[in-house]
Amino acid sequence: MLTVKDLHSYYDKAHILQGVSLKVDQGQVACLLGKNGMGKSTTVKSIMGITPPQIRSGQIIFEEREITRWPSNKVSRLGISYVPEERRIFPLLTVRENLTLGLDIAGATRDEKMNALEKIYESFPRIHERLNQLGEGLSGGEQQMLAIARAMVMKPRLILMDEPTEGLMPLLVQEIKKIILALKTSRITVLLVEQSAAMALDVSDLVYVMEKGSILFQGTPKAFREDSKLMKELLGV
Amino acid sequence: MQEILMQILNGLVFGMIIALVASGLTLIFGIMDVVNFAHGEFYMVGAYMGWFVIGYTQNFWLALIIAFFFVGLFGAVVEVSTLRPIRGRDPLYTLMAMFGLSVFAQQTILMIFGPIAKEVKEPLITKIPLFALEYPLYRLLIVAIAVVIFISFWFFLQKTKYGTWIRATMQDNVMASALGIPVRLVYTLTFALGCALAAASGVLVAPIFSVYQSMGLTVIVTTFIVVVIGGMGSLLGSILAAIMIGELQTVSSVLVSPTYAKIFSFLALIGVLLIRPQGLFTISKR
Repeated sequence: MLTVKDLHSYYDKAHILQGVSLKVDQGQVACLLGKNGMGKSTTVKSIMGITPPQIRSGQIIFEEREITRWPSNKVSRLGISYVPEERRIFPLLTVRENLTLGLDIAGATRDEKMNALEKIYESFPRIHERLNQLGEGLSGGEQQMLAIARAMVMKPRLILMDEPTEGLMPLLVQEIKKIILALKTSRITVLLVEQSAAMALDVSDLVYVMEKGSILFQGTPKAFREDSKLMKELLGV
Repeated sequence: MQEILMQILNGLVFGMIIALVASGLTLIFGIMDVVNFAHGEFYMVGAYMGWFVIGYTQNFWLALIIAFFFVGLFGAVVEVSTLRPIRGRDPLYTLMAMFGLSVFAQQTILMIFGPIAKEVKEPLITKIPLFALEYPLYRLLIVAIAVVIFISFWFFLQKTKYGTWIRATMQDNVMASALGIPVRLVYTLTFALGCALAAASGVLVAPIFSVYQSMGLTVIVTTFIVVVIGGMGSLLGSILAAIMIGELQTVSSVLVSPTYAKIFSFLALIGVLLIRPQGLFTISKR
């Protein structure tokens, strides 16, 4: 479903991605692990078409269509949603506006919009209670839920999640884990960037580990767990 | 007393005109981070367009509508041809580009229409009794038109799909694009709308101040003061600051000469910059 081939991305003159290649099949959850500054977020941003970074070479293929250097609004319309690092919800839009923004762009009818929102309310009851509140009035956990709900409401076929559990308390991490597993059941593909490997390994079918802008390891969570050196480096186990 | 009442009314009219120009300027800055040094020229071109159309049609209101759309279209062309290619570069590029456009527009208008100011007749010559005064109805109509424009504008921004796109882009353009909003189109439309608002105020003001090629310069200084006091990017802030500065300049001109009265605006600007440098109203932006 998603193939990244030998991707080289730059922030100005800094060569951040140095030949990243990865592949995620439909319905799979793949996680991208690694320490801070190794290029995980840059990989996701490059796929999403967010600039900077600038892609200098390589290919990004989604459902057999090359989308390298496509602007992010075009990428989004293809069925790829993005849950960014730091949530980035619109602080001065209401929760409802945050949720319906993407649907309006997709040209959803009133009924389609209502149906999509009803489904979201089932998964995120707390968001439902805060519909008319401004984004900035939500707690950190609620903002993260809204960021995920905003991505899901657009019925994407691929969701790129950049550190969704960052700064959240363990109870909310479990909630996010459940959401990712539910996405997996619905055959929605997820590329998950995580610094904390424990949760990511529980939900993933495939693990990629990044170091200094390239892929250091790729394999199943089982194979990753058996690699004691990597386990020690990333999990401290 | 009568003179002060008259000046309070004049201050409101002047403030509303500045508010129309400033709302476009602040909208463009809020969304695109572009300080539009040529904004006064869109106001001036709008006034000339109005004068030109009135000359042919004798219809002030038609001229107002044509100038609004024509200058809006001109603004869209400027955005696509001048600002879009330099987006993402150092802000100095946009400053220089807009300064160049300002000089170009002034000199072109001077070349075509000459240096003599053009007169435009007031579309309404009726005067109405107000607080034992005779006040021109047209000036009150300007206030009413500005209020209608602001209410429509507010409605557009708050209640329509495209308005929500603009607000989302203003708050976080990267995320807006990642959700599918065509941010480049939003930039073009916003710039066009800002220029069209400036043109509308140029036409409205034409019967009061007449039309000349450097009229943009006269208004842009006050407009920048208003936008900074109101908070760069804040529409409500610009409207309130425009009324405040309008009143300050006109009412104080009862006490001192109009030239000296302008000093009060600068004092207000200095005061705000010292106490609240982000302006009286600000918007949170990523």
